[in-house]
Amino acid sequence: MRILLVEDDPTVRSFVLKGLKEAGHNVDQADNGKDGLYLAIGEKYDIIILDRMLPGGIDGLNILETIRGQKNNTPVLLLSALSDVDDRVDGLRAGGDDYVTKPFAFSELLARVEALGRRGHNESAPETSLTVGDLTLDLLSREVRRNGQKIDLQPREFRLLEFLVRHAGQVVTRTMLLEKVWDYHFDPQTNVIDVHVSRLRQKVDKPFETAIIHTVRNAGYILRPAQD
Amino acid sequence: MAKDRTPPRHRRWFYRFAIRNGTGKRRWPIRSAGINFALGYGVLFLISATLFLSFIWWSSTSLLNDHVRAFIETDAQELRHRWNHGGAEALGDAITDRLEQNIDDDALYLLMDRHGRRLAGNLPGWPVAIKKMNHFYELTIRRYTFTTPAQFKAYALPHGFRLIVGHDIRGRTLLSTVITRTVIWCAVMISLLAVGGALVVRDLFRRMVGSIARTASAVANGDLNHRITLTGSETDLVAETVNTMLDRINRLMEGVRQVSNAIAHDLRTPITRARNQLEEALFSASSPDELRVAVDKAIGDLDHITGIFEALLRIAQIEAGARRSAFTIVDLNQLLANMAELYEASAEDAGLKLKLNITTLPALFGDERMLQQALANLLDNAIKFSPPDSTLTLSAHPVMAAATSSNTNERQRPLGLEISVQDQGPGMNDADILRAHERFFRAESARNTPGSGLGLSLVQAVTSLHHGRLILTQANPGLKVTLFLPLTPEAEQTGRSTTPTQNTS
Ligand SMILES: Nc1ncnc2c1ncn2[C@@H]1O[C@H](COP(=O)(O)OP(=O)(O)OP(=O)(O)O)[C@@H](O)[C@H]1O
Ligand SMILES: [Mg+2]
Repeated sequence: MRILLVEDDPTVRSFVLKGLKEAGHNVDQADNGKDGLYLAIGEKYDIIILDRMLPGGIDGLNILETIRGQKNNTPVLLLSALSDVDDRVDGLRAGGDDYVTKPFAFSELLARVEALGRRGHNESAPETSLTVGDLTLDLLSREVRRNGQKIDLQPREFRLLEFLVRHAGQVVTRTMLLEKVWDYHFDPQTNVIDVHVSRLRQKVDKPFETAIIHTVRNAGYILRPAQD
Repeated sequence: MAKDRTPPRHRRWFYRFAIRNGTGKRRWPIRSAGINFALGYGVLFLISATLFLSFIWWSSTSLLNDHVRAFIETDAQELRHRWNHGGAEALGDAITDRLEQNIDDDALYLLMDRHGRRLAGNLPGWPVAIKKMNHFYELTIRRYTFTTPAQFKAYALPHGFRLIVGHDIRGRTLLSTVITRTVIWCAVMISLLAVGGALVVRDLFRRMVGSIARTASAVANGDLNHRITLTGSETDLVAETVNTMLDRINRLMEGVRQVSNAIAHDLRTPITRARNQLEEALFSASSPDELRVAVDKAIGDLDHITGIFEALLRIAQIEAGARRSAFTIVDLNQLLANMAELYEASAEDAGLKLKLNITTLPALFGDERMLQQALANLLDNAIKFSPPDSTLTLSAHPVMAAATSSNTNERQRPLGLEISVQDQGPGMNDADILRAHERFFRAESARNTPGSGLGLSLVQAVTSLHHGRLILTQANPGLKVTLFLPLTPEAEQTGRSTTPTQNTS
């Protein structure tokens, strides 16, 4: 993916840059708002990562508002040291698609970037079923089959699996699951998500020979088709 | 920097008396409430004394006049009698007689014949002012060396004779002097009293305000425990308010102090641990794997520290008060059901059963995310401190106002609602319950469970934000943690508008 990174802190910038490049992305960078805005308007990117606070008059929200004002719908991920609910709401209201607070784990950022990039692709066609390897989800009847065998899932388990399937091959973090599957934005204190995923595994993986839901250490989970 | 706006001293006087723009009102120059009070009092006193003395003056002079006139009338009556019996001769004698016997020297007479000759009496001549007969005149006349007011009445006698009977009313002058003197003395005395009163009243005011001022300056100098002593006077109203305010400030300061202590002690520990780990790895790690493990642990510690910071900040933000921008109408039934679903799995994983005991709740005006967080903290504690194979209970129900017979006609409206989480764990003793909401407080028995002692502090902050109460009770076995949340008028209106409704309680 082609990514623009606008961040003034050199340590954070080089850290993110290195990580994204290692993950196989093509990254342009800017260390101030003016250059950032120039690149964001002039070039075509799959994703823009914007620091909210930037020196020199033009900050992240200004850039975001400007490009949105030009009907540019490139997904934007905001980076910020402010974790206040209000700031988050401000950022999303200004047209941001996701929000990550500093300090963050790189795995969290990468997972969210890839999820956003994916979202850009399959927005158009409304599907009625999802298939990954031998797993099929019927979105209308809410029926799940693996290897032709029917699996009974609770509504929430179905949504969890649906999210994993939609992001098959990508790492999804626990916070992402809490936010996207449960729509919760608080700190759950315990490993609630792990427990739910492990319940899902009991039904989706345990009865079969190969597992498709995998734990990624220090990051989260990934659903990978069984054939690989 | 802003300029000092007060005009120079010599101009300030001008401003004090200057006519205020537009309004045309002069500013009263005296600021001291005590002096103004006494001054007002003095003026009032002076006015009433003057009124009172004027009344005395008026009634006594009119009494005197009546008296004099009556005397003149009777005297004239008698003199005419003499005329009837003995003519001008006898009348003249009678007048001379009377003048001789008149010790007070206040009787005035004049008898004249047809040709204007004076036959008897002590008036030198006919006063020009007297033109009409049988009419009272009040004139100022010269007698010997002084002038004096006098009342006269002239009478026509047969054969063109004329008689004047008069009376010197010097007494009235005397009375007026006495009264004037009284007025002056009164004024002097009242002024003295007013000045004295002003001093006393000012002193009184000062003493009343002084106690408040002393406390305020003590507080300004850093002694937050100083309180205004209540005296039972009218200033107690202010004093009580100020004392309450000081209590609140004190609590806030206490919070700040706790946080700085916490940063000093509780954050030092994980920071030290992370540092030591990294340092040790730097010096003694023999393989990249060992190094990696150490770095990984250090990252974990740093994340833990970040978590503590986040929690502290969030608590501080909530406690800073009135941060109600995120308040909306919250459907607690949905919220509780979803939270139960989320945590039920964790409970089961820990070998616990989560029992629900929820009656339908009315909508609440609140911050949904904060309420979720508070509930998450309670459920987390309950799961963390429960022994295996025990039961957790999440219950919720509306709280009704104590039913009074007088308003049974009115449909019962809940006062608020209660949400509680009960476990069958070790519970807490009374001393610990009192301290549970303090930041970083962890009971001795909780030392070997993970956590940083901020969970209940946040719950406390969230309940306070909703004007509610956090109640911990020993449930034998276990602990019951209850949130009481009052229903505000906004919630009842279910989002129609935010104008407060009439309170019917
Ligand atoms: N359900 C419970 N049973 C017994 N003790 C409890 C319970 N809940 C809280 N406590 C006691 O109160 C203390 C403070 O609780 P609190 O939730 O604030 O902190 P914590 O759970 O130790 O840490 P954190 O919530 O920050 O992870 C706990 O350490 C524990 O001693
Ligand atoms: Mg806790």
